[in-house]
Order: sequence, then C-alpha cells, then structure tokens
Amino acid sequence: MEAANYQVDLGNLMAYDPTHHFQSIPSSREELTKECLQKGTELVQAIANALFSLPSTEDPDGPLVRLPQPTTKLPREKHFPKPKPPTKWEQFAKMKGIKNRKKDKRVFDDQTGTWKRRHGYDRVNDDKDVPIIEAKMTDEPGEDPFSKRKEEKKKRVEKQEKNRLQNLKQAMKADALPSHVQLAATALPITGTQSKAPKKASKVELENVAGMAATSTASGGKFDKKLPGERPPKHSGKYRKFLPVVEGKGMGSQEKQQTDKILNKLMAKASMDILDVDKAVTMFNVKGEKKRRKDKDQERSSKSSKFESKKKQSKGRDASSSSSKLKTKKKPMKKSSKKKQ
Amino acid sequence: MLRIKTPKTHKAKRELEKRAPKLVENGKKTLFLHGTKTSDVLNAVLAQFFHLKRDNAIRYTKKNENIRLFESGGEASLEFFSVKTDCSLFVFGSHSKKRPHNLVLGRMYDHHVYDLVEVGVENFKPLESFTYDKKLAPKAGTKPLFAFIGEGFESVEELMHLKEVLLDIFRGEVVESLNLAGIDRVFVCTAISSTTVLFTHCALRLKRSGTSIPRMELVEVGPSMDFVVRRHRLPNDSLKKEAMKTVAHQPKKKMKNVKSDAVQGKIGKIYMPDQQVGDMPLSHKVKGLKRERREAKMKSTTKEDDQPKKRKIDSP
Repeated sequence: MEAANYQVDLGNLMAYDPTHHFQSIPSSREELTKECLQKGTELVQAIANALFSLPSTEDPDGPLVRLPQPTTKLPREKHFPKPKPPTKWEQFAKMKGIKNRKKDKRVFDDQTGTWKRRHGYDRVNDDKDVPIIEAKMTDEPGEDPFSKRKEEKKKRVEKQEKNRLQNLKQAMKADALPSHVQLAATALPITGTQSKAPKKASKVELENVAGMAATSTASGGKFDKKLPGERPPKHSGKYRKFLPVVEGKGMGSQEKQQTDKILNKLMAKASMDILDVDKAVTMFNVKGEKKRRKDKDQERSSKSSKFESKKKQSKGRDASSSSSKLKTKKKPMKKSSKKKQ
Repeated sequence: MLRIKTPKTHKAKRELEKRAPKLVENGKKTLFLHGTKTSDVLNAVLAQFFHLKRDNAIRYTKKNENIRLFESGGEASLEFFSVKTDCSLFVFGSHSKKRPHNLVLGRMYDHHVYDLVEVGVENFKPLESFTYDKKLAPKAGTKPLFAFIGEGFESVEELMHLKEVLLDIFRGEVVESLNLAGIDRVFVCTAISSTTVLFTHCALRLKRSGTSIPRMELVEVGPSMDFVVRRHRLPNDSLKKEAMKTVAHQPKKKMKNVKSDAVQGKIGKIYMPDQQVGDMPLSHKVKGLKRERREAKMKSTTKEDDQPKKRKIDSP
C-alpha cells in the first residue's frame, strides 16, 4: 500500500495523510462521511501495521507493547521544577569541606544500658532519662539544672525553626519551594503601620454593655426582666447632686461655702484692678484728640454749607434734613454730651 | 512576617504533590465551561465531549459572565478556575447572534492562557443518534487513535493549530506501554475546506486477516460534527519556546537491590524473613507413615474439617 505517504506518530497513536485532497466534495452528508471513514480506515490500518509489528510481551490482559516517544511536540503543562538553592548550612559545609557521614539510626545508650534511637521519641541521652546532674563550681546557686537543660533545648529548637524559615524564604525567591510547603503571611506586609486586627469583645465587656443597655430605660431598668448572666449596672442611681439650700451644719453649710468661695474670687479680682491709672490717662488723651479733630471738621463743613444753602431751599426741607451734612453736625454734639457725663 | 504552612493530612499533601511542576508530567486535565448563553447544540457538545474525557476532566455547568476570551482582561476568571481545578486544557462554549454555536478550545501554560482556537459547530449529530452493536462501544479511558486527513492541516495555519489542539485535548496521558487489546476508538478529522473540519468519533472493530496484524474496521459511534474555524490566537514565541522545552534524558527510576559487579556480573539482593521452623504446619502426606495410617489420618482430617462447618450451621 501507499503507507509511505502517511505520517505515523506512534507515541500519540496518530496518523496523518497530508496528500489527500477532495476532487469534489460530495453533496450529501452520508457520502461525505462514508468517504472520510474509508480514508480513516486506511490511516488506522497504517497505525495498526506499525503498532502490531512492535515487539510485545504477553500479559494476562493482552499483549503489551512499548510505545516510542511521541514525535509531535506538544507544550508542557507547567514549567520545569526549579533547583533548590543551597541552605545556609550547605553553603557553609561546602566552604569548609564538610561531608555528610552516614550515622547509625540506633545507638547504644550508656545511661540506660540499652540500644536506642539516635533521634526522636525515646532517644538516646533523652532529658527524661537523666536522673542526676552533677553540680559544678560554675553553677549559680538557686538554679534548677533540669529546667535549665529544658530551656536550652527549647532555645535550640526555636533557633532551628528560625533558620528553616530563612532557608525556605530563599527557596521561595528562587521559586523552588517544596510542593507541600506554603509560606503564609501572618501580618500585613506594610511596614511601619501596625494595623491591629479588630479586637474581640471580652465577656466582661459584653456583660457591662448589656447592663448599661438594660438601665437606659426611663425607670433605670427597675421594672425590666433580668436576663440570665446579666450583670447589675456598675453605677446605679443618679450622678447629679444638689446641696441642701437650707442652712445648717455639715452638708447644710456646704452650699453657703460654695457660693462664698465664688463671690470672694470675683471680689478679690475686682478690688485689685478697680482703676488702672495709666489706662485711664491714655483713654482721656485719645478722646481729647478725637474731639479736637471733629471740631475742625465741623468748622469746614459749616463754611461750605453756606454756598449750598440756596440750592437746598429750592429742593425742600425734607430732603435736606436727611442729608449727611446735617447728620455730621449732630454727631459731635452727642459725643460731647457723653464726655460731660 | 511569614509562617510555614504545611498540609495537615497526608491526603492534602499528596494532592499538592500532584499539582506541583514535575519533570515528567502527568496527563493534562480538561475543564468544560459555559459562557453567558449556550444553545442546545452546545450543551450537548460539551456534555458529550465531557463524557468522552470523563476520566480526566471537570465540567462546570454554571454560566460564566466574566470569561471573554480573545478580549483583554477576559481571562482572569478562567485562570482562577485553572488554578483551582489544576486543569490546563479547556473547552468553552458560548452562543451569540454573531457567533452561533461557538466553541473555544484552548490550552494553558503555568495557569495562563497559552493559545486559543475558536470554532463554530455545525451539522452536529449526538451520540444517541447512532445505532451500532453496543458491544463495540469504546470503554471509558482507553487511549484513542487519531486519523487526520487532508492537506489543509499542513497548508492552512488555523487548521494546523486546530489539529495540534485537538490532539492535545483528546490524546490523554502519554504512556510508555500500551495494551493492544485496549485500542477501541479513533477520532477521524477531515479537512473538507480551508476552514471546515469534519470531526467524528468511531469505534474500532479488529477482524482476523490471517496475519498477526488484524484488519481494522471503523464503526461510527458519535458524536460527529463540523468545526468551522473562526478566530485563533497562537502563543507568542518566547512563551512557546519555554513551554516546548524537553528533558534531554529522562531520569531513570532508582533500581534497588541490584548491583553490577565486574567479575560476577549482575548481583541481586534478596531479603527473606526468618524461617519459623517450629511454627510451620506439617502436611499430613508424610511419606514416612505407612499407607494405612496415612489413609486413616486423611479420613480423620476430612471428618474434622466437616464437623466445624456443621457446628457453624447449628450454632445460630
């Protein structure tokens, strides 16, 4: 057959006939599909020829063949996994030439005289297996060596956790975090502003508020039903106090004392600056000056009014009385009268 | 500040590992989506394509208003779904006056749209309209064969692109070994004109031919339709280059307990549990016994075997 014309990609089980060309596209749908299927059968046969001639191994389910790699290149789904950057320790070990040695998983424990794990639960040299710690000269008195040991262990673990986080951050920068690890932000990444998360109201606060709400009726919550767990209001009763007006001893005299106090304060101030001589002198001077100036103005205006008087008479009395010139005449009169008083 | 977050369950961890980028990738998953409006034809097309790819696909049946492919900013929602479902292929159906029965086939790279092909569906014949011997019906999840016919797939850019996308969507996982008894379906794509492709799904009937190679026969099982190519978007060159990278040599799986020695050749190591000779049950067919005794013992054991059964029946 003309199988040489077909491109067969066994990896994808695909065959392609690039030469086929319809002479005339059949008008009816059936004929078209029939022709397509006929051609398709040829192509499928070409695949089968290649496929069934591959060396096969028998399997209870049927013959198995090993397929070659697909020749049609299709894009990847995701990028390649990126190499993990070396950790701080790995860098250091490389610099110093430190190599990993294999260590036994089980170690003989002198403390208990048994074989134990090197790490983890029930490990060798475990803290809880140490019954006695010998005192040293350097020990501080009053310090518990057991709790000190525990504390030190805790610190070492914390330090390791910090180092781990740092290494993971570096890995994240290189986009090479292990698939099961995620680094989640614990706070907003904005530095400088410490925005606090809204605080949850405590139980006591809520109870206080409930109590306040209950007493905010006209009767001060006197006739309201109490809820289970509701607290009595912190401050029951009135805030304002009125002192007795009637005179007497103790509380009765307080009202008088209060008013006396205020009055004394006022009187004392008034007595001190009842007359400021300097101020009075300056005021007198200023007023005198003003008076002289106005008198001058008056003289000038009286001269000019003589020329205008003839015109005004023709206009009529009412208009002239409301004119500004008449007013100016009046003003100094008023002021002078004040000064006299 | 950052906090290390690790999965709480092993299942969650496995799920994350499945999604992580790998040197040798697992099969691509397909997402089936509906646009704002879909016609009956498109509903059927999406449902039946999903049915064909059931083992490795996810279908969303709600309307998606925010997905507008071929428009800037219309891909955000799709990319979100891709991250959520870990799908890198999608089939998006929409129906409008301007583009009736519109199907957008596309691929993603790193959860971003890689390329798109838009086709119109015509002359759709659903699965139900085909009558054939149901014994021939292809099994779910078998690896399909492909037959592409016509020069259009080489000369016309759109069709060339469509061919690649169709192959990527329907080929399933890349496998190393294949069971020959499991090939039972073929997709036949024929370029009728420079824009139209006849797409049909057939079952395979393997017939005896007298040689080791069987004679193939196609039985149309549907669905079958015409794809009329409308718009398409090719990936940009840098992205294509990145996505097409392959490993020079695939990493071999580490062989355990097998060594090769210069003198002795291949050496295998076998681990055997300690033999518990004391606990081993002895058979009653011991040659050392005389025949009569042997037979007597056989009889007694068969009786013993029978008795507990009877008791069991009696006991309740």
